[in-house]
Amino acid sequence: MARVVVDVMPKPEILDPQGKAVLGALPRLGFSGVTEVRQGKRFELEVPEVTPEVLAEVEKMAETLLSNPVIENFAVHVEDDLTPGAGA
Amino acid sequence: MKIGVVTFPGSLDDVDAARAVGIGGHEAVALWHGEHDLKGVDAVVLPGGFSYGDYLRCGAISRFSPVMTEVIGAAQRGMPVLGICNGFQILCESHLLPGALIRNDHRKFVCRDQRLRIENNRTPWTAAYAEGQEVTIVLKNGEGGFVADAATLDRLEGEGQVLARYLDHNPNGSARDIAGITNERGNVVGLMPHPEHSVETLTGSGIDGLGFFTSLVESAFA
Repeated sequence: MARVVVDVMPKPEILDPQGKAVLGALPRLGFSGVTEVRQGKRFELEVPEVTPEVLAEVEKMAETLLSNPVIENFAVHVEDDLTPGAGA
Repeated sequence: MKIGVVTFPGSLDDVDAARAVGIGGHEAVALWHGEHDLKGVDAVVLPGGFSYGDYLRCGAISRFSPVMTEVIGAAQRGMPVLGICNGFQILCESHLLPGALIRNDHRKFVCRDQRLRIENNRTPWTAAYAEGQEVTIVLKNGEGGFVADAATLDRLEGEGQVLARYLDHNPNGSARDIAGITNERGNVVGLMPHPEHSVETLTGSGIDGLGFFTSLVESAFA
């Protein structure tokens, strides 16, 4: 088994009110030094094996359903090989 | 005319929308999200609410429901479709309308009587209004901020596809005060305010929303 991760983030030019809310909460909790927060989503897809075809399918899933290309960018990466003994 | 009102799991305003359709002089036909069947209707309303719990993104799951396959096909053939609030979000996710709706810039749910200006009265849903008419219609949303890139916004304004604009106060951070838009053909309309809540004097702020439900007759005789 392997895990393919899709990270979805609001495009830089799109306002991110949730990120702004987190940014506003940090100093109230005593955390300082953070100048910007952007909040996104992470999808972990488990697949039997990672092949170029599987990755192409995941790209298609990401642009069709997992993200809205009007307001979000996405990035796909293979996290690790989850096969027992694969030394992930 | 027969106007279908779709119920998705999590729709809130389908009953109000069906009632408004009746008050507008039409027959409301209940449509179910899980069926590939428009039951011979002449037009469709996608009501407000939180379809599929707003999971993933507002409207993102609904867009792939069986009934939406039929609605998208019919809209592309010219059937009048009105999406209100969550319905507007579904139409954007379906790519029947450009842009997207994001969380209100002030991060709070808004519920108010909102003044609007009807800028395009050449659609089947707005023919009952005068161009430039100012109306007050109920607005309630958490993710009502309309966004699109500058080129898309310029095109919407240039082609007269801005259907309505917020007056006095931009309630949710929508680009260029846009409250509703239409597609190039003019048959598909998305609107963030809720005209179905503004059709009776007993409740709400007046009956300024009724025009959205009587316009189909006006446009038929136009």
